[in-house]
Amino acid sequence: MGYIEDKNNFAIQTFNITRKFGNLTAVDGVNLGVKKGEIFSLLGPNGAGKTTIIKMLCCLLRPTGGTGAIMGYDIQEEPLAVKSIIGISPQETAISLHLNSLENLELICGVYGMSKEETKKRSEEILELMSLTKRAKDRAGKLSGGMQRRLSIAMALVSDPLVLFLDEPTLGLDPQARRSMWEQIAGLKGKKTILLTTHYLEEADALADRIAIIDEGKIIALGTSGELKNKIQDKQIMIVKAKNLTHEAIEGLRKIYPDAREIEGGVEIRAKEISFERIVNYLHSEGTKIESTLIKEPSLDDVFLQLTGKEIRE
Amino acid sequence: MRFAALASRNLKETVREPLSVVFEIGLPLIFMLMFWALGKNLGEDMFTATMQLPAVVIFGFSFLMSISAITLARDRQSALFLRLLTTPLKSGDFIAAYSLPYVLIAIFQIAVCFAMAALLGLEIIGNIGIVFLIFILMAVCLIGLGMFIGSIFTENQANIAGSAVIVFVAILGGCWMPLKFVGGVFESIGYALPFAHAIDAARNVLNGSTLGDVSIDLLWVIGYTAVFFILGAVCLGWKTKE
Repeated sequence: MGYIEDKNNFAIQTFNITRKFGNLTAVDGVNLGVKKGEIFSLLGPNGAGKTTIIKMLCCLLRPTGGTGAIMGYDIQEEPLAVKSIIGISPQETAISLHLNSLENLELICGVYGMSKEETKKRSEEILELMSLTKRAKDRAGKLSGGMQRRLSIAMALVSDPLVLFLDEPTLGLDPQARRSMWEQIAGLKGKKTILLTTHYLEEADALADRIAIIDEGKIIALGTSGELKNKIQDKQIMIVKAKNLTHEAIEGLRKIYPDAREIEGGVEIRAKEISFERIVNYLHSEGTKIESTLIKEPSLDDVFLQLTGKEIRE
Repeated sequence: MRFAALASRNLKETVREPLSVVFEIGLPLIFMLMFWALGKNLGEDMFTATMQLPAVVIFGFSFLMSISAITLARDRQSALFLRLLTTPLKSGDFIAAYSLPYVLIAIFQIAVCFAMAALLGLEIIGNIGIVFLIFILMAVCLIGLGMFIGSIFTENQANIAGSAVIVFVAILGGCWMPLKFVGGVFESIGYALPFAHAIDAARNVLNGSTLGDVSIDLLWVIGYTAVFFILGAVCLGWKTKE
């Protein structure tokens, strides 16, 4: 089989992997190859099929079509071999609340059959890595949400897995805790192969070596953040915030830039080339009082918008 | 021995929950004291420490069953269980990890109840080993039932089912009054279940009956223990593979 031949290059592969739930196709013939040591992000809105892909790759859900491989081990034929080399941090925080942080890590070391010495060494290392050493003896139920999430990821790491699955690792965290989590994940770059699912564009942008954009169970684009942004045709975006902006003024603007659209308190213009001066002069001539202007680079949200016609958080 | 790590976690989760300890240890002791005091006032033989010990121990196991069922049902819906399913743990590991900790708690319950009964005037004429065997069989029987309920029901449903079993054990097991006083169809139902057989057998052995004398009751207990434990193990095994 192909994936066996490629196992020296790829840590994770899927071959036309499909999962149907009755009439609903949650994952539709997805083909992926994640290189060893890579942080690879599956980016898509809720319900796009990201978690279903992770569940199939972790042997929690059988594909209804196609298959996948982790380090060359078929997920359907060799689940035990797969389970011995992966770690997962599920979307919900997966910890035991009545155990302390250290005991939670010892639980995982135990189920992976690690010796006492190995357990102690690994647990101390991981607590340090995830900045939890000071809270090692505190019950997990008493930790903050951000710390619980860090502990959940620590539990995925403590068995020293070759491949790590992080399903929405910063979901529900405040911006500060999210930044801190990004730093922890970025610290693993090159050391582990990581498949990260997220619906936060900035997260994929900040962390991932490559990104696959997924929508309605299908991969609709794949590449580095830069490659994906280069794909969009409208490379310039100008946002004008203004008072007295009339529908007539926007209609007039559309004659010059057909993709101009009204946004809250202003107008957004997308085009291959934008003339700042021309737009400002036109709006002034229409009696519009401009409050601010912004010319921005395309974001992954813009890529998603162009590819699917909708915003990622819709 | 991978199951030992999860078994240890399950034991800690249970004993660190204060309400579990109250129900598993405190409540049986309160019942024993209460009925002993009642017996003293009424001069009723039914409520002596010797007669109450088997009832209180097996009634205590019904709380253990309920707590184990609720813990398993809650765990099954948790992200931690999902994580554990992605580890090299096999079905047999889950079955061992969700039964052995409760057997340990049951042994502790038996010891505490024996100690309390001794303080209240327990008289042992028969073989204490047979009494212990009957208790352990009933513990395994009810833990199996707990595993079955926890495997197929949600946490709320397990709570309701567990409460129903506690009531069945109390009334149809003849814990607080002999089943012959209930009579009729309820006596028949009571003796179609293992609880009354186990309580009768343990009471009789404490009062001097031999293994041979209680062999029929013991067979009922062994049969139900095998059925409930296998049922619980199969259901949990199936859930971990589903």
